[in-house]
Amino acid sequence: MQLFYISPILFPLLGLLINATLGKRLGERAIGAVASLMVIAAFIVSAMVFSQVGALPEGTSAIPVDLGIPWIQVGTLTVPFGLQLDALSATMMLIVTGVGALIHIYSIGYMHGDPRFQRFFVYLNLFIASMLVLVMSNNFLLMFVGWELVGLCSYLLIGFWFNNIKNAEAGRKAFVVNRIGDVGFILAIMAIFVAFGTLTFTDVFSKVATFGVNAPIIVGITLLLFVGATGKSAQIPLFVWLPDAMAGPTPVSALIHAATMVTAGIYMMTRAHVLFAAAPDTQTVVAVVGALTAFVAGSVALTQNDIKKVLAYSTISQLGFMVAAAGLGAYVASVFHLATHAFFKALLFLAAGSVIHGMEHLSHSKHGAHGDHKEPIDPQDMRNMGGLRTKMPVTFIVFLIGSLALAGIFPLAGFWSKDEIIVAALSKNILVFVLLGITAVFTAFYVGRQLVMVFFGKPRTEDAAHAAESSPLMTIPLIILAVLSAIGGALNLPGVGSLGNWLAPVLGEAEAEAFQIGVAGFFTVLSIAALAGAWALYRNAYAKADDKDPLQKLGPLYTFIKRAWFIDAIYKDVVVKLFYAACSFLARVFDIGGIDGVVNGAGTLVQKASGGLRKAQNGFVRSYGLMMLVGVVVIVAWFVYSAGAR
Amino acid sequence: MLSLIIFLPLIGAILIALMPRAATGLMRWAAIGFSLVTLVVSLVLLFGFNNAQAGYQFVESYKWIEQYGIGYKLGVDGVSIWMLMLTTAIFPIAIFASQGAIHDRQKEYYALVLLMEMATLGVFLSLDMFLFYVFWEFALVPMYFIIGVWGGERRIYASMKFFIYTMAGSVLMLLAIMYLGINGGTFDLVALIAKNGLWTASAPLFLAFAIAFVIKVPLFPFHSWLPDAHTEAPTPGSVILAAVLLKMGAYGLIRFNLALFPEASKQFAPMMMILAVIGILYGAIVAFAQTDAKKLVAYSSVSHMGYIVLGIFSLNQLGIQGALLQMVNHGISTGGLFLIVGFLYERRHTRDLSKFGGIWGKMPLYGTLALLFTLSSVGLPALNGFVGEFVILQGAYVSNSLMTAFAALGMILSAAYLLTFYQKIFLGESRDVANDKLVDVNWREVLAVAPLLIFVFVIGLYSLPFFNAMSASVTSLLSASGMAMR
Repeated sequence: MQLFYISPILFPLLGLLINATLGKRLGERAIGAVASLMVIAAFIVSAMVFSQVGALPEGTSAIPVDLGIPWIQVGTLTVPFGLQLDALSATMMLIVTGVGALIHIYSIGYMHGDPRFQRFFVYLNLFIASMLVLVMSNNFLLMFVGWELVGLCSYLLIGFWFNNIKNAEAGRKAFVVNRIGDVGFILAIMAIFVAFGTLTFTDVFSKVATFGVNAPIIVGITLLLFVGATGKSAQIPLFVWLPDAMAGPTPVSALIHAATMVTAGIYMMTRAHVLFAAAPDTQTVVAVVGALTAFVAGSVALTQNDIKKVLAYSTISQLGFMVAAAGLGAYVASVFHLATHAFFKALLFLAAGSVIHGMEHLSHSKHGAHGDHKEPIDPQDMRNMGGLRTKMPVTFIVFLIGSLALAGIFPLAGFWSKDEIIVAALSKNILVFVLLGITAVFTAFYVGRQLVMVFFGKPRTEDAAHAAESSPLMTIPLIILAVLSAIGGALNLPGVGSLGNWLAPVLGEAEAEAFQIGVAGFFTVLSIAALAGAWALYRNAYAKADDKDPLQKLGPLYTFIKRAWFIDAIYKDVVVKLFYAACSFLARVFDIGGIDGVVNGAGTLVQKASGGLRKAQNGFVRSYGLMMLVGVVVIVAWFVYSAGAR
Repeated sequence: MLSLIIFLPLIGAILIALMPRAATGLMRWAAIGFSLVTLVVSLVLLFGFNNAQAGYQFVESYKWIEQYGIGYKLGVDGVSIWMLMLTTAIFPIAIFASQGAIHDRQKEYYALVLLMEMATLGVFLSLDMFLFYVFWEFALVPMYFIIGVWGGERRIYASMKFFIYTMAGSVLMLLAIMYLGINGGTFDLVALIAKNGLWTASAPLFLAFAIAFVIKVPLFPFHSWLPDAHTEAPTPGSVILAAVLLKMGAYGLIRFNLALFPEASKQFAPMMMILAVIGILYGAIVAFAQTDAKKLVAYSSVSHMGYIVLGIFSLNQLGIQGALLQMVNHGISTGGLFLIVGFLYERRHTRDLSKFGGIWGKMPLYGTLALLFTLSSVGLPALNGFVGEFVILQGAYVSNSLMTAFAALGMILSAAYLLTFYQKIFLGESRDVANDKLVDVNWREVLAVAPLLIFVFVIGLYSLPFFNAMSASVTSLLSASGMAMR
């Protein structure tokens, strides 16, 4: 039975092993099939676990799974190989394996012809297994294992086309920036062990009450956990890795950098909600940082021209919504938005991938090559697009659905989940409410701008004019995700609250925020207005690819926003440069001149002082060493002799 | 049985010395054979090792120089068992990997390597201070020649520095050993530990031992011999140096400093922890700026060994057990990295990081192997390095949370310099036409790193047997010294 519950992790690992060892002989189709089938198998088991969790008797919230052998056991520290299968982890398992399976299938089409096709699916399977370790484990340290392994997959996949050093750099940046957050996480884990004597979730949470509200240790632990979340879930001040992460193949952006991995921070905070609830001070920090991130990233998305960069900043912004919701204690809303966002953002990225594919159609049919070589024009730059509505009708429809869901247009999925967060903010923290409210308007605007620039008007380049629709292997997953994006709101409709009820055994019976028709209506009107504004502003803005963006009229403010508030630039030009200088100084001046200088100086001194006495400076080093040895033997002999003589 | 383990390599060395000079193939196989038999005997011993027993096992005790209380006494316990296994496992690998790196004077070379194995095994198994010292000093000699004869361009400078620096450190230890032996009336370690509290001068004695050991580790700021020795040593020499020789220092700190001078250990622990944390960060920062692949790995050793000293002077069970495991882990991952760098050096005859780029595309299997060792060294969970690193940090956190917070920053730095190292060699585009002709690793090279790689995963996923074997001995060490138990 244990094996059954672990099998969602084991299936993708098996796929990984098969493809890593036999992949060369299998060929593309078989590799893709093995990898995808393993994830589908994991999805089926996840669905069975999900239904088992639903059938648990009153009073039990989780299926206990423990391999019986601890992973680490030293003194009082015991870290079990154990799983926590409850409503929360089962929900995450479904999202990870469900969206994961669709993206695997899509990737068979997208990565077709790539020389490292096999390696891609090995990484993708490793990612699914790692992500499942993250969401299924029953203790903080095992969660951290998954946490770091998904980071590794992210590193490998961002730098997948590593011949281009820029991709490799982006991967390394992601890993190192994430590690900054990870140090916070690991310190939190150590502090938890010292404070609670255990790392297992249920044991830790059952003892939280003994500490009282805002106990310094709990505030400290939760702040450190949040530092971890800012890394993985790309919040201020560590969000800078995510826009660069778009260097990876687009399915990776969809799976890892939009739908699943980047939500790990939200999952972790939701999982540890008992700790956070005991630290309202931390909660405030979380809510404000989340809202600020949503706002800053949302503004940057207004100005980007790269189709994936718009979506990347949008993802950071939407993650900010979820983090803010977690900070407000609205965990159901947070998980709800996590789920709907997984649908519509995965959809948008995959549809963007389809667009990029379409844009590359011309140059591919010319060169007949696929890979990461330089294209004559940038197929991701929206200024080069236009009019793709008629060239790629399926992609257009699904992109439209995803965009409107993101913009929070009734009755699509995003409308419901975003509304819940905003309503929670309204009643709890007015600053957060204002920031999120403005961001919601930004969202509708950049969505509108993107739709117009990509799909409307006339094609602005040859490549756009010759774009062609992608294969069914790619469009079918898109259609499925589009359906989910459209009806995903049904997960937690106001008044029905099925997700809230479902998660209640884990998160407790939260008082659901009442649906406020006024708030919902207000933001719907604003969003539609913003969409209309984008339409008006951009409909005729680009006749040629190199026309000016209408927002450039904002002058320096436009530049400031477009450069992402210069946050990354400050890191790059100040922090990193200082670090390099310090490294260089310590290595080339201090270590060689200082530390080693003293050592060599002492050596020379001894040599000179003794040089007169014995003719050792004959450059014959071995005699010098031999003299030392002889000297030691003499000392030993003398000691032994004198001891014996006493 | 322990004597057999120690002296099997010596027999091998003597046989090789008697072989005709031209029989290089025979010598190599004899060296591999004797080191493998030693490994097998130590595996048999491991099988009979009783985890529950805190004291020494397989003890052999003979009178030697009776009038001075010097004996020939050997034994193994939870502290030394994995050092023993690490040593007997690393030597066959290093000898096996010598074929590509050593081309002349093979007779002397293989004999010396086996003598080296004998000496290091003696260090880890001796229970008599005098015997320990003899092996300790003897271990210097073969390595001195290995670097000085088969090393790179600056081999004379490096080998001399290695020899004099570490010997200068041991002189004070010798005095301390003499002091203990004369005042205690015996050189038997167990008997001396029973008399602890007898030494009025425990602080100077502690320091006399500590200086010898921290130079060997090496702990910041006593590290400057290491980058030179590593860079100039031939590949198998670097592997042995990193995997086994450095561990002699860390082992000595636990075996002698903590056991003989518990009060002084507590007194000096904060200072040692500070130096360890500085070493962790300093080694990593300096590694970041290196342009020579081997030097970079050498400085990474300074950083990684800092974690081990940090764990030891946490003076609790987590810290010390973590340190002991990390000693094995460091041997595996750094030994592996030196082999990996060596494979490339043998092909390109350079270690300049600016001359590579895009090697993963040219040598796919090699790139994957290198990535795994790099990640092991980064401390990626599910691989070996993480388990040791976390347990050490957790132990250190119990002792001093602020210092641990600084030490944990090493996690960021290690990711930065190791991934940069990897990127410069393996990713991007090739920066030298000479890279175009590179061929992927051959079966012999894969076979050399494969055992290490297996343990990268085994320890990462299943550390239980490793911790279990050391647990009883570490517990008794701590309770005998009245230290925190956590």
